[in-house]
Amino acid sequence: MGELVVEKHTKYIVTVEKSKDSFESVVMEHLRLNGAYWGLTTLDIMGKLDVVDQDEVVSWIMQCQHESGGFGGNIGHDPHLLYTLSAIQVLGLFNKTDVLDIDKVANYIAGLQNADGSFNGDIWGEVDTRFSYIAICSLALLRRLDKINVEKAVEYIVSCKNVDGGFGCTPGAESHAGQIFCCVGALAITGSLDRVDKDLLGWWLCERQLKSGGLNGRPEKLADVCYSWWVLSSLIMIDRVHWIDKDKLIKFILDCQDKEKGGISDRPDDAVDVFHTYFGVAGLSLLEYPGLKPVDPAYALPVDVVNRIFFSK
Amino acid sequence: MSSDEDQGTIRTPISQRPEWADIEPVPQHDGPNPVVAIAYTDEFVETMDYFRAIYLGNELSTRALHLTAEAIKLNPGNYTIWQFRRQILEALGTELHEELDFVEQIAAASSKNYQIWHHRRWVADKLGPEAVAKEFEFTKKCFDQDAKHYHAWCHRQWVLQAFGGWENELNYCQRLIEDDIFNNSAWNQRFFVITRSPLLGGLEAMRTSEVSYTINSIKAHPENESPWRYLRGLYKNDLQSLATDPLVASICLEVLNTKSNLVHALNMLLDLVSHGLQASEGLRNVVDSLVLDSAPSDLDMARKISLVLELVDPMRANYWRWRRSTVTAQTAPFQNVEGITGLTL
Repeated sequence: MGELVVEKHTKYIVTVEKSKDSFESVVMEHLRLNGAYWGLTTLDIMGKLDVVDQDEVVSWIMQCQHESGGFGGNIGHDPHLLYTLSAIQVLGLFNKTDVLDIDKVANYIAGLQNADGSFNGDIWGEVDTRFSYIAICSLALLRRLDKINVEKAVEYIVSCKNVDGGFGCTPGAESHAGQIFCCVGALAITGSLDRVDKDLLGWWLCERQLKSGGLNGRPEKLADVCYSWWVLSSLIMIDRVHWIDKDKLIKFILDCQDKEKGGISDRPDDAVDVFHTYFGVAGLSLLEYPGLKPVDPAYALPVDVVNRIFFSK
Repeated sequence: MSSDEDQGTIRTPISQRPEWADIEPVPQHDGPNPVVAIAYTDEFVETMDYFRAIYLGNELSTRALHLTAEAIKLNPGNYTIWQFRRQILEALGTELHEELDFVEQIAAASSKNYQIWHHRRWVADKLGPEAVAKEFEFTKKCFDQDAKHYHAWCHRQWVLQAFGGWENELNYCQRLIEDDIFNNSAWNQRFFVITRSPLLGGLEAMRTSEVSYTINSIKAHPENESPWRYLRGLYKNDLQSLATDPLVASICLEVLNTKSNLVHALNMLLDLVSHGLQASEGLRNVVDSLVLDSAPSDLDMARKISLVLELVDPMRANYWRWRRSTVTAQTAPFQNVEGITGLTL
């Protein structure tokens, strides 16, 4: 299985999307801020963030901000919660959140909460527990959780809990590991983990491990490196990660590396991308792989970054 | 209008189309020396440059609507284009049934992005109850391709709750489960229907018939986790009744007697015993036959079951070990009190 090829992954992230006419570069244009978060967080976990020019990134991010306070996925794109969290996270990586007008950003996010406690992603009104997580995580990082009705936000998330202990995107929707991460993360950040049926959910999550060692996101689906993040972080937050076979999962993730050109794919021998590179490296960090910075499972940032945000000043 | 509307025709660059002669395209500004330099295809670049021009000029026109169609085809994940399209549709008062067809056309190429579904819902919401039949048909087409399509299932649930159409939904779930009994999404939808349909009387009214349906499904494939979880769901908040339902204990026995696909049956039996089931002689015998000879002979039923589970499911050995520790703590004080174990729990 070999080792994590840190130098190759660093090079991959720095040069990713330079290949002309690549499909990935075209579809990534509108969510470049997400891409920046995945790439830069991966670099930081590997201790390589210094290869990037911080000032250029920060200046570009600030150009993605709108008058409303929200951020678009790139310059000239409409604002959305999805990119607003990425902006806050990347600024956090560089210890630069003070360039933000904190209350302006926080008011934008708070303004997207609905009467039932749920959140819209933007002015067009799509509701999803992903947006509950994003709003809560963003506001916590900005230390402005008091701007929203936390109790109602928690009630909405709990209303999306299923009888298998998992969570879906809206009440009644099927449990899905990605949505579970969002719901458990939001409940962890708001100190509401007592609302999770930890043993029941822990069992559902550990059933996601397949013979290959990899994890899937729903029953009878294929294993995918991205669930190394969604499932693992959830298991850690509810203190049940010892219920899976960690060594087999480490092997699965390492087998998904492109050892020549760098990058990690969803499954062994598939094409790599920056999204799966992040989830693979972050997953290995959660599995205490040597040489990587520890990652906070709720905030999805290196622990030292989270500590700096909460314990400075 | 646009030469790109029909597949197979050769695309005329927008710069050579007379109707666009008055527009100055606006190139993407990525800032100096971007973090990640992005290379674009020529067609993509040109279309986006014109899109930026009409977007910045807030041009809510028919040609702008056609341009958004071209741009969305190149990148259906770009939410700004979809949002602008909705503004245009609103401003022009466009016939929205056609818009459903447009979404369907885009979804045919790639239906797994959030923007398509959000847009579809926006259109369906404007159309109201008259959209129900078309939305059911649309999601059905998605399920023909991928019966676990998460967005499509969420959309279908939204349609049911917003506009109704519950009459045939249980039959529909049944058909999908018949197509693929391992389809957890269809099982989830089934639970959604029996608990939320205004026509069926709720979970308790449905329990007897659902237990029997589920047990038959387990018989067909005892390795399938979905019906086992569904069965527990039918006894939501009332695991004591699950433990006293003779059908549940007997399906466990039936599966265990086959000596294969044991995990879910053993797990269920462990739950039953933990919630007061006095195991029958048949169940005790079959569990005894599965325990290693080296195991201590005086173990109680629950601990024996968890030992077997550790053996047959080594990947989750820690989980089963934990189950053994909690089960022991719960049942040990009562294990010698014949007959009243069920009452004390």
